[in-house]
Amino acid sequence: MAFATHHLGLEHANGLRALHGLDLRLAAGERVAVIGPSGAGKTSLIRLLGCALRPTAGRIELLGHNPWQLSARELRRLRARIGTIHQAPPIPPRLRVITAILAGRLGSWPAWKGLASLLYPADIAGARAALARLDLADRLFDRCDRLSGGQLQRVGIARVLYQQPQLILADEPVSALDPMLADAALGQIVADAEQRGAAVLASLHAVDLALKWFPRVIGLRNGEVAFDLPAGDVSNEMLGELYASEGRVVPTQANDPALLRALGGPDPQAAPRLVRIDSCRGQG
Amino acid sequence: MNVAAIDAAAALPLRDPDARRRLGGALLAIVLLWPLLQLAEFRPAALLDASNLRVIGNFLAGFLPPATDAEFLGLLVRATLETLAIATAGITLALFLAAPLAVVATRALSVSAIGPGPGRWRGQALRAACRAILTVLRAIPEIVWALMFVRVLGLGPAAGVLALAITYGGMLGKVYTEILESTDTRPARALLAAGSGRLAALAYGLVPNAAQELTSYTVYRWECAVRASVIMGFVGAGGLGQLMDQSMKMLNGGEASSILLVFLLLVLLADAISAVLRRALA
Repeated sequence: MAFATHHLGLEHANGLRALHGLDLRLAAGERVAVIGPSGAGKTSLIRLLGCALRPTAGRIELLGHNPWQLSARELRRLRARIGTIHQAPPIPPRLRVITAILAGRLGSWPAWKGLASLLYPADIAGARAALARLDLADRLFDRCDRLSGGQLQRVGIARVLYQQPQLILADEPVSALDPMLADAALGQIVADAEQRGAAVLASLHAVDLALKWFPRVIGLRNGEVAFDLPAGDVSNEMLGELYASEGRVVPTQANDPALLRALGGPDPQAAPRLVRIDSCRGQG
Repeated sequence: MNVAAIDAAAALPLRDPDARRRLGGALLAIVLLWPLLQLAEFRPAALLDASNLRVIGNFLAGFLPPATDAEFLGLLVRATLETLAIATAGITLALFLAAPLAVVATRALSVSAIGPGPGRWRGQALRAACRAILTVLRAIPEIVWALMFVRVLGLGPAAGVLALAITYGGMLGKVYTEILESTDTRPARALLAAGSGRLAALAYGLVPNAAQELTSYTVYRWECAVRASVIMGFVGAGGLGQLMDQSMKMLNGGEASSILLVFLLLVLLADAISAVLRRALA
């Protein structure tokens, strides 16, 4: 099992309730997308599962451990087995792309190897291979401040692919990418996870991407689970309800007017899911 | 935005809620500063008094022209090199003291603060202990250390080097700690949260952001060390200070002004070094 939560809750220091009573399980090698309006608690959930925050209620079981009962050394080893793709890649702008990617393995490398790798990169081939999956291999030795926001986000993904974690947590991993690239990048994350038998939990803004790449979808609203279903069972009515606070507009990549123009309008044969979601706009 | 949120927004007053606190802070600062100025006998008008102006004028007139005789210039070059050596050796030793202490003392590299996780109290105690060491090191002025070491090691540059290493180790350590905390700490935090060690998080997450500032502060401290080594020269710790002490005692203003010109050049040199290093690290 990748993780299980029992009545998991998180209350911020200012009393704001971010998450409440979550009972979720993810099997090893399973993939799930988390969708929901902004402020629903998607990022909080990912930070809890990544051991970056401690729950204020309930408990978490991660890769067979209760993280907050481990010693500092064991917790460090557990953290190295979890890879988080952050929405804003936490990469210093002066770092070179190769250094930013190799940093993915700092949790498993001994300290001397990490420091020596700053003098001469320890694994050029490995970093190149990870970056090549995101179609960016030619920028391997560029500095990160020469990259666009979308390119930097792909470097952040490459770092976690290079880390090879057993559990990938992705917090809106493709939010800065255009629709084509977003689709390709998600495809690479999924392919990597399938190949290695790793589990994936990804929060996604675009509902069509969630339905396309993930067999299971969790709808999160006001810090609680609204639904937790196989992707095929998620109805338009449920989606409309989930995004009620945003005027029932279900965010999809197809809502992007540029893409719609590029596609020459929604084509029912080519992209049935896009249309299905689109059709729930303006309901109720 | 839904209806409830709009209502809540309308209920907020159209005033800056922080304005009163800011005004209070400003008033408090003035109330505290005024007695301090009184205590320091701060009366700038005394400078413009006619007899005082004459005293200042005579003092400055004695400095012209700067001494340029060959024998003195030889002494000056030797003393300058000695001062540079004292300052450089002192700063280097100070670095060895400051860097490890700063790495332990900085909150930006605290693993136990993430979560918070195990060992939180131990971590806080360790950081507090390191800060206390840094405070003690820099609380005692370098001139006091120099007086002590001159007694132990005898007259000469060695006493100056040790005195600088101790005091400046404390200053560098404190400011390094704070520079590391005031840069963007998210990259280091993300690395720590992915299981990386503290040194690796420092090297991959903090130093790339803070390198320029760390370097510029270190070079500035080197410049201060050059000046401080002069003061310590007055108590026999060698270098330009000792030369200055002799010239002043012999009321030789020309020699003193030559020495001051060298200081000016050294400060300009420090500026140039700082600029080059900052450009290299940009």
